[in-house]
Amino acid sequence: MNTPTIETPLDLAPSEAERMAVTFEVNGKTRHFEVEAWTTLLDLLREHCQLSGTKKGCDHGQCGACTAIVDGRRINTCLALAVVHDGATITTIEGLADGDTLHTMQQAFIDHDAFQCGYCTPGQICSAVAMLDEGHVKCADDVRELMSGNLCRCGAYTNIVAAILDAADLPDPQHGDEGARS
Amino acid sequence: MNRFSYTRASAVPQAIDQHRANGTAAFIAGGTNLVDLLREDVAHPAVLVDINRLPLRKIEATDAGGLTIGALVTNSALAYDDTVAARYPLLAKAILAGASAQIRNVATVGGNLLQRTRCHYFYDAGTPCNKREPGTGCPALEGVNRIHAILGASEQCIAVHPSDMCVALAALDAKVHVAGGNGTRTLPFADFHRLPGDTPHIDSNLRDDELITAIELPKEGFAAPHAYVKVRDRASYAFALVSAAVGLELEGDTIVNARCALGGVAHKPWRDAEAEAVLRGKRLEAAAVRDFAAMLLRGAHGRRDNAFKIELAARVIARAFELATQRSFEETAS
Repeated sequence: MNTPTIETPLDLAPSEAERMAVTFEVNGKTRHFEVEAWTTLLDLLREHCQLSGTKKGCDHGQCGACTAIVDGRRINTCLALAVVHDGATITTIEGLADGDTLHTMQQAFIDHDAFQCGYCTPGQICSAVAMLDEGHVKCADDVRELMSGNLCRCGAYTNIVAAILDAADLPDPQHGDEGARS
Repeated sequence: MNRFSYTRASAVPQAIDQHRANGTAAFIAGGTNLVDLLREDVAHPAVLVDINRLPLRKIEATDAGGLTIGALVTNSALAYDDTVAARYPLLAKAILAGASAQIRNVATVGGNLLQRTRCHYFYDAGTPCNKREPGTGCPALEGVNRIHAILGASEQCIAVHPSDMCVALAALDAKVHVAGGNGTRTLPFADFHRLPGDTPHIDSNLRDDELITAIELPKEGFAAPHAYVKVRDRASYAFALVSAAVGLELEGDTIVNARCALGGVAHKPWRDAEAEAVLRGKRLEAAAVRDFAAMLLRGAHGRRDNAFKIELAARVIARAFELATQRSFEETAS
């Protein structure tokens, strides 16, 4: 009996000869892949690693939903070819928690109700974690400027800024907390 | 995304050879613009030559007292470099006014110079575009042209160069070091990018087989009175409608030397040595800045949606001089 099959993008991929072997450390585990030259890191994470936490929003580097931490730096994975980043260490939203203990930034987003639909949230959190590591944030205005590559169409910005300031242990002038009052 | 094959280079001559061996090759560094162009069917190289492993990531002092910046230095690494922040703050501020942190972490200096315009029609492969497909026409001339050029445009193309970094590099009189099949050469920044003329598909004077290896900054960084002012449609992460990079040397109230480059107004950063020369020896006051702006903007031509840029540019120039010198050039009612 002939069962009709539906071709998926992976079925339509070129022959093995046209694929390239790449290796990444993804969330602490070394993994080997065979990818096409045009496979982006975003598609590698979502389609090859089944790590769908990293989101495809605009696919143009304009929204930041695809932000992951690659070799310690936050980048737009939709604009990154996997072959170019061969050998990199990648941390996605799935790799931030320590077992059942959420990353400080994840907990802060929950505590401050820093999302509504949640689609931009993995990118927001990865971007915020890496931003604090970059070491250029001193106030709420810095957060707004340096997080401008992460859009939130629900408009949860006020609480996103509050969550990040909390995680960074910085005063939040909008919420008149202890730091702001002192 | 368009299909292509991929090769990696580990040395500059090898990269150039790999590029020359393929008629439609493209170098890829950060890829933050190129990957999007591949996806949008605007760029279709048969081969990508990955240059990320070339030894071009250093920022080094030159014998002349300036700096050489390797072509693969990222926007972030350059903007936050201690020497650059201290001696070339105009450059650091321009870089940080552009793109997003994610893009700046990956995008390189060389790629910044070679990024393509963000003209809507250039990006829409379903429309004609003389830059994308020479001879097909320019819908922007009579179309949606709010973001387009007011200076140096042609009837073939009114696109603008989108970079902020390049505006500062133009003001600073940077040089561009390139390597090609016939050896190396150095281009003054002013000669790197081109006006569209009848060949809008050619953005720069880089030859097909050439690779940018470094940007050189002269000793003078205009670190004292300087300002980068960028006006855009939102507070962050948008291309400039108009930007101005201003660097001054003053003696008291007298202008000894002035640099001013504009972004968002032309196919290349816009500078005018003649207009700058007129400022030399002038007292720093509103009339001098206003006259300078008028001279820099002479010949400006607005179209349906972008005529506002002419007055906006004059005001951005005045604001940049104000911010640089901490003075107000507001007209006082008399």
